[in-house]
Amino acid sequence: MAEIRNYTLNFGPQHPAAHGVLRLVLELDGEVIERADPHIGLLHRATEKLAENKTFLQSVPYMDRLDYVSMMSNEHAYVMAIEKLLQIDVPVRAQYIRVMFDEITRILNHLLWLGAHALDIGAMTVFLYAFREREDLLDCYEAVSGARMHAAYYRPGGVYRDLPDAMPKYQASKWHNAEAVRSMNENRGGSLLDFIEDFTLRFPKYVDEYETLLTENRIWKMRTVGIGVVSPERALQLGFTGPMLRGSGIEWDLRRKQPYEVYDKLDFDIPVGVNGDCYDRYLVRVEEMRQSNRIIRQCIDWLRANPGPVITENHKVAPPSRASMKEKMEDLIHHFKLFTEGMHVPEGEAYAAVEHPKGEFGIYLVSDGANKPYRMKIRAPGFAHLSALDEMSRGHMIADVVAIIGTQDIVFGEVDR
Amino acid sequence: MAYFQDLFGDAWPLVWTLVKIVVIVMPILGAVAYLTYFERKVIGYIQVRIGPNRVGPIGLLQPIADAVKILLKEIIIPSGANKFLFVAAPVLAIAPALVAWAVVPFSPELVLSNIDASLLFILAVTSMGVYGVIVAGWASNSKYAFLGAIRSSAQIVSYEIAMGFALVGVLMVAHSLNLGQIVKGQTGSGFWSWYFVPLFPLFLVYLISGVAETNRAPFDVAEGETEIVAGFHVEYSGMTFSVFYLAEYANMILVSALCSLMFLGGWLPPFNFAPFTWIPGFLWLLLKIAFILFLFLWFRATFPRYRYDQIMRLGWKVFIPVTLVWIVVIGAWMQTPFWLW
Repeated sequence: MAEIRNYTLNFGPQHPAAHGVLRLVLELDGEVIERADPHIGLLHRATEKLAENKTFLQSVPYMDRLDYVSMMSNEHAYVMAIEKLLQIDVPVRAQYIRVMFDEITRILNHLLWLGAHALDIGAMTVFLYAFREREDLLDCYEAVSGARMHAAYYRPGGVYRDLPDAMPKYQASKWHNAEAVRSMNENRGGSLLDFIEDFTLRFPKYVDEYETLLTENRIWKMRTVGIGVVSPERALQLGFTGPMLRGSGIEWDLRRKQPYEVYDKLDFDIPVGVNGDCYDRYLVRVEEMRQSNRIIRQCIDWLRANPGPVITENHKVAPPSRASMKEKMEDLIHHFKLFTEGMHVPEGEAYAAVEHPKGEFGIYLVSDGANKPYRMKIRAPGFAHLSALDEMSRGHMIADVVAIIGTQDIVFGEVDR
Repeated sequence: MAYFQDLFGDAWPLVWTLVKIVVIVMPILGAVAYLTYFERKVIGYIQVRIGPNRVGPIGLLQPIADAVKILLKEIIIPSGANKFLFVAAPVLAIAPALVAWAVVPFSPELVLSNIDASLLFILAVTSMGVYGVIVAGWASNSKYAFLGAIRSSAQIVSYEIAMGFALVGVLMVAHSLNLGQIVKGQTGSGFWSWYFVPLFPLFLVYLISGVAETNRAPFDVAEGETEIVAGFHVEYSGMTFSVFYLAEYANMILVSALCSLMFLGGWLPPFNFAPFTWIPGFLWLLLKIAFILFLFLWFRATFPRYRYDQIMRLGWKVFIPVTLVWIVVIGAWMQTPFWLW
């Protein structure tokens, strides 16, 4: 009798559904997965080690590059850890701005996830719809920080600067004449807050559009219902966080359970799934987008009514204003010290975690009192999720592995760090 | 004409046939090129973007630019591949897609070879197309290509059955296997006389099987972009790749043409009064083909992809029973005085 051997398939790292550089070694029985072995490390950039040789402020841009689809959320955990060590207070306005941009980031991340997930399953139109909205949100990033992705906007003690009164506008070009540009700039006449408000009014309709294409679509349901089921107990044991955990029916959200910044003053719901399959996680994330939209609207209202400082007055941490630096000796010294040595952080350890779009993103900092961290450890949610890939995909088919990679919302920047 | 007849002497019938073949095949290849442009434009507008617009006015020269580019590309033959089969596979794929046009009538008179069993001929010839896919997947000596070939052969073989049964309904109603006769059988009181009315379930089955047969989304598991990368043609490059591409699009046009001929009245106008009767029949046929092609593109832009086993289930457990039941229904219906077609 002929010997029957399983088929071993090397899936990635060059693969359209690998979400970057995932390499899976799949052991197949026909098309059925016997074992899925994820190999990581192809995007390892030693962020944790690099941070040990950089001043505290210089590492902020590295945080953007961890999970490069939810940039500001990464920064948030990092600056929160520093603030915890420094024991400084952040102005309330800065807290609202951070919360608003965290939620903008959540929408950005979920839009990319939705587009990529649908594209993996074969519905490509959603991807382009999602990118249409991402464009507007990236413009918000651009308005506050000048960069569309790697913003480096959050600083220990607050945010880099207050929200601008004008939005960047389109310029007439060879492809868009003045008439076309005028209609494109229609909602960019006012301040950034006006623009975001306009977006929040439009956004629920857009989510409805995505849902018409997917939620009740028979094929979409056939492809996601009952795929990659994780029981609530197992989800906890595997260290799931974020939508992956909530999809299994466990109501756990750091924004509620360990409120940071101003989340305890805001009104929002936490969606949870029932069956713990890809479809439930899809529904959870779609509802999260709607809830984020709600949070952003509350932030806009508060920010309109309450002007104020956006970064701490403690000039050992945040630079003094340019004008006062020219006049006061004290401020000049602070400025010089900050821009040569950077801030000194008292000795100690701190762990700060935020409800990142993908789950619990934490930064563990050890400081020995110098201007650089002694050690930094990043707790990336994607790492725990990816390690459950084998368990989730066993017994499913190749096409389902793609759906499961999609539902995990893996980004290799944070998994490999 | 007489001059040429004298010039070629006994060889004249052969030469004349060749001329006719060229006259049919060249426009089809042109249509394939512009179908890719049409697809990119239509899907572009569905996806709130504008599609190709840089090469020529509104991007009209894009297919030409693509063709030139692809002709200049190197054809890479993987070292582990079976060279002969690797190169033969694209030919196997495109030949049936073009041969089938021999019996397709474009108007009551315009047909290359008006054979009696043209429906049977088409069934026989289009079934050959799957060999191109299987041979390509096997000859590439790649795991992805092999998976694609297996998926594709299973899928095409099962949908062939549903498709065949749908055609049985048509030939029962038309009392003929000749495509020209089938269209003529649909003359009468405008579009109510077309066969899609009594054969509506079969029409749907044929249309959907046609999408599956040509490996188009949502049945594109043989290519499965995000699963098995490009499936059976993952190792192909340059012209060998584009021949597969041409075959896919030529098959799409063929399926649309057959669908219009058998179910949508071919060259017949939908209403038997002016101004509909002023439009020449050939144009009506083109319009119907274009409409069905548009449906193909619309499906692709809208639906997620089925999983391989779900496609098989749909084929065997839904389509084949539906067609069988409807053939019986039609058979019984035709014996009653309520049969109007």
